[in-house]
Amino acid sequence: MTESMIGLLYALASLGAFALCAGIVLAIAQKIFHIEGDPMIDNIDALLPQTQCGQCGYPGCKPYATAVAGAQADVNHCVPGGERTMLQIASLMGVEPKELEEEASAPMLAFVREDECIGCTLCIKACPVDAIIGAPKQYHTVIGDHCTGCTLCVEPCPVDCIDMLVKPELIEHWAWPLPDTKRSQLGHERREQHAGHA
Amino acid sequence: MPAMLRTLARKMGLMAHSFSGGIHPDMHKLSAESAIEDAGISPILILPMKQHIGSPCSPLVSVGDKVLRGQKIAKSEGYLSVPVHASTSGRVVKIEEHAIAHPSGMGMPSIFIEADGDDRADESLEPLTDWRNVDPTVLRERARMCGLAGLGGAVFPTFIKLVQDKRFPIETVILNGIECEPYLTNDHRLMVEKASEILDGMAIIMHMVGSSSGIIAIEDNKADAADAMQEALATKEGMDDVQVKVLPTRYPQGSEKQLIYSLTGREVPAGKLPMHIGVICQNVGTTKALRDAVILGRPLTERIVTVSGDALPNPANLRILLGTPIRSLFARQGLEDFSNIQVIHGGPMMGERLRHPDIPVVKSTSGILALSQHAMQSAHTVESPCIRCGHCSEVCPASLVPNLLADFCRSDQFDKAEEYKLFDCIECGSCSYVCPSNIPLVHYFRYGKGQIALGRREQAFAEASRQRSEGRDQRLAREEAEKAARRSRVRKTHAPKPAAEPETNTVTSATDNTSAATAKPEEKS
Repeated sequence: MTESMIGLLYALASLGAFALCAGIVLAIAQKIFHIEGDPMIDNIDALLPQTQCGQCGYPGCKPYATAVAGAQADVNHCVPGGERTMLQIASLMGVEPKELEEEASAPMLAFVREDECIGCTLCIKACPVDAIIGAPKQYHTVIGDHCTGCTLCVEPCPVDCIDMLVKPELIEHWAWPLPDTKRSQLGHERREQHAGHA
Repeated sequence: MPAMLRTLARKMGLMAHSFSGGIHPDMHKLSAESAIEDAGISPILILPMKQHIGSPCSPLVSVGDKVLRGQKIAKSEGYLSVPVHASTSGRVVKIEEHAIAHPSGMGMPSIFIEADGDDRADESLEPLTDWRNVDPTVLRERARMCGLAGLGGAVFPTFIKLVQDKRFPIETVILNGIECEPYLTNDHRLMVEKASEILDGMAIIMHMVGSSSGIIAIEDNKADAADAMQEALATKEGMDDVQVKVLPTRYPQGSEKQLIYSLTGREVPAGKLPMHIGVICQNVGTTKALRDAVILGRPLTERIVTVSGDALPNPANLRILLGTPIRSLFARQGLEDFSNIQVIHGGPMMGERLRHPDIPVVKSTSGILALSQHAMQSAHTVESPCIRCGHCSEVCPASLVPNLLADFCRSDQFDKAEEYKLFDCIECGSCSYVCPSNIPLVHYFRYGKGQIALGRREQAFAEASRQRSEGRDQRLAREEAEKAARRSRVRKTHAPKPAAEPETNTVTSATDNTSAATAKPEEKS
């Protein structure tokens, strides 16, 4: 009787000691491997195209990522990201994919008609990625390589001298399409279906 | 099973090294006996601004300028690039986009030269006949200046390979005279007719890389070329450690990595260059062009092109000025009607199908072919399911599993495709050639490689945009804080009356990705 009690006490004591050690190790590990912020926000932000266009209704990609991570926004609001981005976010969040509301247009580029520019700097202030160069009363110009095509500079321009042009396709950036065979088309369709159900 | 036996025999030393896989297509070397002819000067020459792998050139001439043969008309931008030269004397008539041999069908800015027929040369480059006493770095600069790029078809800038690096001493110089593509005979004829000049070029390469041993590799279907090279070799001094090696014909033996393995038993590791294992490989045409650049001071303005194909009445090997429209060359060989004919730029295995024959000859034009529909076997439109026969894996010279890779590419599983070494594929087309289901495997690989490159580019652009955007946010926050600090200061000192400062905006420029922009708008407070 007492012997079995002692056995029980031993078991309890050793398990308790083990739990204490494990607790200490975990506490230390949490300090050492502490992660700042919500990793989910950064993971979603990494999937977004970073156009900072605001078409999702949020003031930029990071705010939208924050909203999605907090389950305050749907996964289908990123227009330039298109279907691929939506699917990636959905699978990351573990939620049902949703149909996109708007079709993404071809990649665009802002272009300032310099003859008409009055040098008001309003577009420069509007550009979310600092892709416009200029100074007061000087021509402004868009750095083509940096422009994300967000169109945020078009609206503030008082003389309406900014055009959105279709981004020219470079021969170096051309990529082979799928071969034009029935089977590859079939594969493409199946893939789309599959993606829809994933 | 035969592949296993081969491997076993090689391991036991019963067989010489030889790359694995490969195929034996019908060679159709129709023009093997035709001596190289001069195609003459075309009235108009079209020179695209990029004829090599790397960054495009920018024009140095403007419309109306007179140019001489060998005059530099476009300068290279960036390291991986070589300049373009005028191929004959004449006048620049226009600079605009023109079709080139590219699968996209897109054009390339090109300089159009109207030939004056005098063919006067620019003689500003002095011949370096005494090249043995010239520093290799000077010769290397000469190779770059003269616009040399690999004439085997890949057009990799030649000067980049011709370097002495203490970490990677070159033991063997390989002269590539394999020419394993069907139909093509330009390297073959060059070896038969210009063996001595090619060897001079090889001696220059050996001097440049500081190596004394070399191999001249030729396939056994070109016995006359091997004889000619052997004969010329006997008369050359200082090339005792150079040997002619005749290899059994097999496609794609001419591919650099495969050839190096066949000759030395050494494998070029993935993502590395031959120089990393002490080998340098040059095509015979490039070697001859290097000799002309050094000994004659002549930039690359012409090349030998095989004009062939079963739909062409008179197949030939022609010495052609770069920029000559290929339509005129087909006409010269008796072909004017292109209905039901497929025109190919390069060889039939790796070349480009052209939509029309209105493109110029460029540095990569090893051959131009006119093939009948019959020869083309337009089979690839009826792709059948894979039956897992494994032929593609057997013939793959890079030891990949093509059917699996094609599945990954078709289903957009690009991370898997990369894991299975998609980028080690040399796109030789052996797998597509043997596939009984007519699966266009290489096309799938090109699709996959393109999509992966696209994804990487988008990723990099998004990352740069994110940094700029974050930099801007930080800058705005800092400005806001400064403004607030100023405001509270002003309130303390001029408490009764609000001070009105004139608005002087010095506004941002975005020359930097991050918050380096120096905007400090001073607002009235």
